[in-house]
Order: sequence, then C-alpha cells, then structure tokens
Amino acid sequence: MIRGTIEVAEEICKGCELCITACPQESIALSERINALGYRVVALARDNCTGCVNCALVCPEGAITVYRLKKEAIVKNPVLAEGVSS
Amino acid sequence: MEQTLSAVDISEMELVYERPKTLTNTRMHYCPGCGHGVVHRVLMEVVAEMHIQEQTIGVAPVGCSVFAYNYMNIDMQEAAHGRASAVATGIKRVLPDRFVFSYQGDGDLAAIGTAETIHTVNRGENILMVFINNAIYGMTGGQMAPTSLLGMVTSTSPFGRESAVMGFPLKMTDLVAQLPGAYYVTRQSAHTATAVRKLKKAVRNAFEYQKLKRGTCFIEVVSNCPSGWKMTPNESNQWLEKNMFPMYPPGDLKVPSGKA
Amino acid sequence: MIKHENEPRLMKGNEALAEAALRAGLQAYFGYPITPQSEILEYFTAEAPKRGCVVLQAESELAAINMVFGAAGAGARVMTSSSSPGISLMQEGLSYMASAQLPCLVVNVNRGGPGLGTIQPSQGDYFQATKGGGHGDYHLIVLAPSSVQEMADFVFDAFRLAEEYRNPAMILADGALGQMMEKVALPMRGSLPYSEKKWATKGKPETRERNIITSLFIQPESMEKVNLGLQEKYVRLRKEVRYEALHTGDADILLVAFGLSARICQKALELARAQGINVGLFRPITLYPFPSEALAAHASRASSLLTVEMNSGQMVEDVRLAVNGQRPVHFAGRMGGMIPSPEDVLKQIEILAADRAVMQERN
Repeated sequence: MIRGTIEVAEEICKGCELCITACPQESIALSERINALGYRVVALARDNCTGCVNCALVCPEGAITVYRLKKEAIVKNPVLAEGVSS
Repeated sequence: MEQTLSAVDISEMELVYERPKTLTNTRMHYCPGCGHGVVHRVLMEVVAEMHIQEQTIGVAPVGCSVFAYNYMNIDMQEAAHGRASAVATGIKRVLPDRFVFSYQGDGDLAAIGTAETIHTVNRGENILMVFINNAIYGMTGGQMAPTSLLGMVTSTSPFGRESAVMGFPLKMTDLVAQLPGAYYVTRQSAHTATAVRKLKKAVRNAFEYQKLKRGTCFIEVVSNCPSGWKMTPNESNQWLEKNMFPMYPPGDLKVPSGKA
Repeated sequence: MIKHENEPRLMKGNEALAEAALRAGLQAYFGYPITPQSEILEYFTAEAPKRGCVVLQAESELAAINMVFGAAGAGARVMTSSSSPGISLMQEGLSYMASAQLPCLVVNVNRGGPGLGTIQPSQGDYFQATKGGGHGDYHLIVLAPSSVQEMADFVFDAFRLAEEYRNPAMILADGALGQMMEKVALPMRGSLPYSEKKWATKGKPETRERNIITSLFIQPESMEKVNLGLQEKYVRLRKEVRYEALHTGDADILLVAFGLSARICQKALELARAQGINVGLFRPITLYPFPSEALAAHASRASSLLTVEMNSGQMVEDVRLAVNGQRPVHFAGRMGGMIPSPEDVLKQIEILAADRAVMQERN
C-alpha cells in the first residue's frame, strides 16, 4: 500500500471540512488551532494517508499539498508501508 | 487526536499535487466551502498543464466572482453584468489565436445576460463559457435566480418560489445545447473528488477544442452556495446532490461527433 | 497630419465615415442596425472583410458596446455606431470604458427624440454626449462634424485623441449629415499609425505582471484616486479644443452653432450680411472639451449672441456659462426632427438687430 502525507497551508484554510468528507481514509480532522482569519484549520489526524489527492481536489482554497511515498522507498524499506490500514 | 508521522520524511516522498502557480498568491474571498474556489483552481490547473498561461485571457462577471481577476494569474477583463460573453466575443474576434473564456454565475448568464448567452453560442464563438449555477444570487445577499428551484426560499422568494408568480427554473444549458453553434456542452459539478476529476477533464477538452475553432464550448458547473442556502459546506453539497441534480443532472449534453 | 487624396469623391456621410475608418486602420467594428445610420454597419459588412478588419452585427447595441469593450481592452482600434435610442443602450458600456480608460470611437447619428422618436435629424443628444449620459463622473471626447468631409476627417482625429488620452471618443453627427451626399477628399491610409498598448490584455508573457482591465475599484480610496486621475486627464484635454470662427472680427451679433445648425447659420450669416447686419459665427468643433475660453473672447467683441440648435436648448447652457453674463445670450431652435431654415434664423437675427437699434436710439 502506498503511503502519503499532506501539508495544509493553515493561513488560508477556512475550516470548511470538505476535505474531511472527501478523504476515503478518514485521515483528516479539524484541529484545535485557529488561524488569523478565525477559522479552525484542518490537519492529518491519522497515520493512514495514501496520497490519493481527494482532499486537495475538493479544497476551494488550494490549501493542500499532497505527497506520496516514492516506490523505491517502499522497495528499500518494506516496513515503511506496514502502518497503513486498508 | 493527531499523530505525527513517524519513520518517514518528506525526502522519501514525491510531490503528487500542489496548488497551481497560475493561481495568484492572493487568498480568495469566497465563503468557506464555496465552489468558486474549486472551479478557479481547476481552470488554472488546466492552463498550467497545457502551458497556455501566456495565451489565455479570461473575462470575469459581476457576482461573487467579480474579483476572479485577483486570483487567476492571466490577463483578464472585468465585464458589465451579463455581458461577459459579449466582451469575450470582442477579445476573441480581434485575437483569434488566444484561449478566451468567460466565467459567469446564474444571474450574469441566465438573467441579465440571456441574450448575449444565446447569441454568443448561436454565433458559435470559439470560446469557453463557464456557467456557475448555484440557483441563487450570492453577492447581493441571496436573492432568487432564474435557476432557483420551485419552492426554494430565497431573500426575494421568502415563501418559496411559486411558478405562477415567478416562473420556472430555467435550464439554460439545455437551451444552448440545441444551437448549432454549440460544439461541446456539458454539465458538471465540483462537490466531490470524483466530480472535480470529471470537471477537469471537461475543461481540458474545452480548451483543446478551442484550437479547432469549431464552435462554443459551454460548461455548466452545478455548484453550492453555503451562505445563501444557509447550510454548512458539507450540508450544501448533500443538498446539491439531492435537489439540484434532479433538475440539473450532470452529464454531456452535446459532444463533438467523430473527426473534424 | 492627415494626408488626403487629390481626387474628391461624391459620398454619403455615413459611408464616408465608414470608409475613413477603414483607412484609419480600424481593426474591428461591432454594430446594430438603426435608422439613420444602418449604412455604416452595411458598409463595414461589405468592405471590412476585404481590408483585414473584423466586423460583426451584434444582437443589440448593448452587446455591441460590450464587444467594443472587450476588443478595446485587448488593444484593438475599434468602433461602433448607432443613433439616439441605441446610444442610450450603450451608456452603461461607455461609463465602464471611461472608468477602465479604454479608447474607442462611438458615432451617434442623432435622430429626433426623446423615446423612439423619429428618424429625422436632431441635436437633442448634446447633453447625453457632453455631460455623461452614463453614470458617474466622466466625459467622452466629443467631436461635431458639420460636413461630409468632417465626417471622414474626424474619424482620424477621434482615434488619435481616444488612444492618446485612453478615453472613449464620440462623433456627434445627425441624420442629415449621415444621409447627405457631398464632395469629400478621403484621408489616406497610413495617416494614423498604431501605437503599442502595454496595458492591453493580449495574453500575459513571463516578462510582465498580468494586465487587468476593470472599472471596479471597490475601496473608495481607490475609486477616488481613479476619479482624480480622470479629472486631471480632462484638464489636460483642454488643449485639444477646436472651433471655427467666421467673420467674428466685426460681428455685432454672434451666432453659436454646431454640426448641421452651423451650416444653416452660415447661410443665414450670408443673408444677414447682405442686408448690412454684421453677423459672425462661432462653431464649436470639440463639444467636449468645450471651447469656453475662445467663445468668451469672441463674445466680448459682439453685442449679443444667438445660439441655434436642433433641440430645446442644450449647448446654449454651455454658451451661457462661457459668456458668464458678459453679453445677452439668446436661443432659437426646432425640436423633434424639424430643421430650421436659414430664413428662420435670419428672422431671429433681424429681431435682435432691431432690438439693438431700438436700444441704441434710446441711449
């Protein structure tokens, strides 16, 4: 299984929660942090991101950057892929 | 509860998606969860991927997206209310090799701009017309739109839209699809990842078709207005699926057949 | 300087104007039929495609002026034309273009109004042309031809001014000028070169920031700044005033008229002089900027002024402002598409001359 991660540009996140709904892994949640606009920002809450990009696709602010584990890294270190739930 | 990712650092990762550089660095003013932001982003992703930033000119409407020119890093013009497709016509006629698109809401395209909309497509202007349909006038405070559903409560239909007084929801896309000048007419949405992927494909098609100069490409995006509909963003997308889609079903209404 | 052909031709005003525009390097024309100027649109649909100029009959004047906006914003030399009711439809677009500082030419072949009116000539759109017409603090550059030759020549002048000052320009003609046939020496191609428009939306190269053409300045501080800039531009425009002064050196009664009325006054002047009345004619050519200073100077040499217009009395207000109480300003006019004759004007002159004689006897 591929592993991934996201970066959220917290200063532009509006806490609309569309990414939370879009994530098939239920990886994202509203954090306790509030940005300068007064919105609670989202963040990865679980360790099971697959880098599917769904969250970034539905984000109206373009606030999400998505990374995915390179294939060579999985091959080199098979243990890295283990923590991912299906 | 957040967990920090352990045992993996970013250098082991590859970048799979980032905000397109064809969007400016300006924070968008739209309400949280508004479809405008998604559509702006998708348009600019396609412009970036096709490497046509230097040849694309957009026309912004009057409505919530009147400031679209602050967010899209391309040459843009701000049109009078309803006239974006006429302005786009003027641009395309004098610069026929540029990629020209107009971007309008339901008031702009289907109320005050109805004549321009019909005639631009009727002439088969070689532009892309983007139609954001959220069945309400967001910017001015949530008034009824020609596309508002029967029974829908808005600030100017406080008892719900009744056909006897206020007519019926206007299916603009269906009208323009019948015109021979229309080359590619499709209805999409931007409320789920799947929908966004399909929307992006449609936008890509439209820009590719513009090279062929075979008529107008028209994309309606059934969209939400959390503020006007008085719902949370997620609620609005559910409402959209349940109530907008029966009246405005997504899908292609006209596709180019065969080869040039 | 416009170079003209040696051989004059006999042409209808509307057609001479359209032909001149093509020779001025017009790149696009968007219009809609309306009497008495449909020949302009028709001329372009026949000729423009042969001369590398875009032409399109829009679905309305509303659409046409917005197509002009788009093309002007994209850097093209572009024009439209209409007549009174259609020009009313274009007012929103003109206000937007003035605010966005876009050059273009709009031709109003004025007909009788208000309302649907009549197709006969009138000068009832003077206020609309010179005082705004559309909303907000702005002005069009307004030129008033009074012959078919000027219908042609002023196209070049209008584009030059519009592009130099980044402002919409209007040629305020009337139905008679549009329809009459006169000798005209057409301007030659090449007399109005193109200039680079760095502000235009032609597609943003890497070497510059994106260009935005807009009339929206939502912060009042910005809007005020834009307005101050426009007002400063209109002050600079004053050096472009043009007028014609005929026999004003010894004029006792000074006629003031523009366009067709000036032609009529010219004839009335001849008739009056033949009777020994010293009449002069001051003809504003730029209605905006109005030649106030020059008019005041000429007025001070006369004993009274008679403004003749084909309306209820519009330019006469600007005449009174310019004269500023120095001399009495009288008005004579016809409305609704009726044209005064030189004899009508002569009668008014005679009345004024008689009054003056009575005044002189008394003193």
